[in-house]
Amino acid sequence: MALRNEHVPWEIDCRMTKTFSITGMHCASCAVNIQRVLRKLPGVAAATVNFATEKAQVEYDPEQVDEVKINEAIRPLGYAIAGEKKIDEVARWKWKFIVGGVISVISIWGSFTGMSWSILLVLATISQFGVGWDFYRTTWASLRNRMANMDVLIAIGTSVAYGYSAAVTLFGVKGEPYFDTSVTIIALIILGKWLEARARGKTSEAIKKLMGLQPKTAKVIRDGKEMEIEIEKIVVGDKIRVRPGEKVPVDGVVESGETSIDESMVTGESIPVYKHEGDTVIGGTLNTTGTVIFTAKKVGSETMLAQIIKMVEEAQASRAPIQKLVDVISGYFVPVVLMLAVATFAGWYVFGSAFGGMLAAIAVLIIACPCALGLATPTALVVGTGLAAQHGILIKDAEALEIAHKINHVVFDKTGTLTEGKPVVTDIKGSLDFARDDILALAASLEAGSEHPLAKAILEAAEKAALQLAKVEKFEGLAGEGVKGIINKKEYRLGKPLAETDEIKKLESEGKTVVVLGIKEKTLGVIAIADTIRETAKEAVAQLQKQKIEVSLITGDNPRTAAAIADQLGIKRYFAQVLPADKEKAVRQLQAEGKTVAMVGDGVNDAPALSAANVGIAMATGTDVAMEAAGITLVNKDLRSIPLALKLSRATLWKIKTNLFWAFGYNVILIPVAALGLLSPILASAAMATSSLSVVTNSLLLKRIKLA
Amino acid sequence: MDKIIVLAGAVGLIGLIYWFFLGKKDEDGQVMTDVKVTVSGGYSPALVKVPAGKEVTITLTRTDPTDCLEEFTIPDLKIKKSLPMNEDVVLKLKVNKGEYPWHCGMNMYHGKLIAV
Repeated sequence: MALRNEHVPWEIDCRMTKTFSITGMHCASCAVNIQRVLRKLPGVAAATVNFATEKAQVEYDPEQVDEVKINEAIRPLGYAIAGEKKIDEVARWKWKFIVGGVISVISIWGSFTGMSWSILLVLATISQFGVGWDFYRTTWASLRNRMANMDVLIAIGTSVAYGYSAAVTLFGVKGEPYFDTSVTIIALIILGKWLEARARGKTSEAIKKLMGLQPKTAKVIRDGKEMEIEIEKIVVGDKIRVRPGEKVPVDGVVESGETSIDESMVTGESIPVYKHEGDTVIGGTLNTTGTVIFTAKKVGSETMLAQIIKMVEEAQASRAPIQKLVDVISGYFVPVVLMLAVATFAGWYVFGSAFGGMLAAIAVLIIACPCALGLATPTALVVGTGLAAQHGILIKDAEALEIAHKINHVVFDKTGTLTEGKPVVTDIKGSLDFARDDILALAASLEAGSEHPLAKAILEAAEKAALQLAKVEKFEGLAGEGVKGIINKKEYRLGKPLAETDEIKKLESEGKTVVVLGIKEKTLGVIAIADTIRETAKEAVAQLQKQKIEVSLITGDNPRTAAAIADQLGIKRYFAQVLPADKEKAVRQLQAEGKTVAMVGDGVNDAPALSAANVGIAMATGTDVAMEAAGITLVNKDLRSIPLALKLSRATLWKIKTNLFWAFGYNVILIPVAALGLLSPILASAAMATSSLSVVTNSLLLKRIKLA
Repeated sequence: MDKIIVLAGAVGLIGLIYWFFLGKKDEDGQVMTDVKVTVSGGYSPALVKVPAGKEVTITLTRTDPTDCLEEFTIPDLKIKKSLPMNEDVVLKLKVNKGEYPWHCGMNMYHGKLIAV
């Protein structure tokens, strides 16, 4: 049982459960420490902390305890709730804007109505050194490291406007004070920061949802008794009971019972999946109809959900090649803007007026927006990869995403990808001396122990027919051709047909794979095996073709079978009789034709081909999602995820490009405009406040893309 | 005359800005396996040298509330960490020989990890 806190009776109905991201954990004992503190906190009914996912799931009474109190409780230990700080940050900017905004409105009104300069000076001082203190603090810290960010530009720009106005007011320097300029710049920049902080929090919603999927406890059967234990205490081999409406706690295999499980939250598969004995269940998914008992196979960071979260986080931290120019520019941006501001003032002083030069230089400092450049790629990447993960598409890194948008040819491996990978024997043709069962029994004897899908089909058929297998001597595998061995002193060969008969041609033209049992050149019997084409294959091919992407098929089958399958799916090009080791060559051949190729396979047998392709797309098997050779891994078996993944990659790249275009264009056009004195500092601050916000908003609009 | 003085001053100031921000040389830091980086107005030290192929510990402590510094990213190592204020965030790494630049959430503050 999860520990319950004595301060809060379990019956309380108003309790709520929330998952928090915890920062600062270094080891498993950190999780134990946090857990201990949280459970002692009045108002907390239960708390479990997972070190692997850096999450704390807390069940608490909101009347007695809130997120701030929880954060305060763990802070002395050196940890913090990540989300809580974000809430703090947004609230801080909001209040600063309210104060700064009010001062700005009064100052503008005051400057038009002849308010005393001294009052305006007092208001501007509060704004400059109170509301805008953050800019000075950052500037000081940055200059000590001989570095600079946007705040340095704001601090210098507003200080010039404020200093000049204060000098006019206090020392009678010739001219008019411009207090409204500095206070309005500060208010507008802070408004931009507030809105941007709010919007940025929304970019990572998808991964936050994934993180919240894992339940905190599980009902484990040990020594014949069912007990509720914390999820961290589950060990591989534990028997776990899951009832309707409960979440599957970890990955495992069903031992007994049957049910339908909603896996949509992890795999993107919209229809609940029927599960019975021997089927794999995924931690974090929702059991809907029946009760099952399953054996835990993967726990902690090994679970599929933990692997997915890790992959998405890594992808979001990766660098997109398109980002390179930004990386170079960002190192020089602020110093160059400072130099431009100095040059602007000097230019105006020589060819115009000192006062005009000051306003233009301030406008240059304020309009420059390095943060829009910095946010352009990562925000779109975070939204794009998060959205993909929600649909069961795991993108390895930004580079894979960037290449994926250029794909113009998709080559599918047939067995296990376009087909279910579970072939069954459909036809057995015997001969005068050998009945159908004799053919099947001999073939099964030769294939006994083989893991090949076709061999499995023959063995299953023999088992179903309750046939006795014979002992095989001198067994030999014939690479890509079949097998041979001696049974009862006769050497039999099972494999590809040596000659084509009408019967064989007919079976192959139906898309079946034909294997022939023979002695030397003589054919004794024929076995036809067919693999079911996945339901979604035809639609996936059609969707890819609609996206003007060519599709081809690669198979070890002979050309006739390959042609038949390709024809059924509407695929025009196929590579037949390709040995597993030669799939890579087929991919390279397509690349030599100038195509940018995505290879779709199971990620196990065709890893070299996946690596050779511009983007390898692997279908995850079981609960393994970490496929080294694949740039994109599909968590579900829905082949329509492939056109979806390519569409999403194009959409994400488009967002990155438009963001970069906007961020570059904004700075390249508006900095010269400001230097020429065509933009007042107040307008410059309004533009600056909206620039990074518009980049983040543009990235968030990716969520509205029609993916169907 | 005043225009010449202003022009000369501007040229001098531009030179000073260049020297101050862009003319600094990377510190010739020691190769260390346990490095502490203070995150305040940038990174101190901004250049960290570690031995290649050995496990190293980098402890980041943010003392500056500037929002962009909250996020720490080493893209080439696919590392993105949130840095809570005044708390140690420990990275345990084993990297191959090479240079791994890092930056803040908005790509305005930069640093570099060099594995030798």
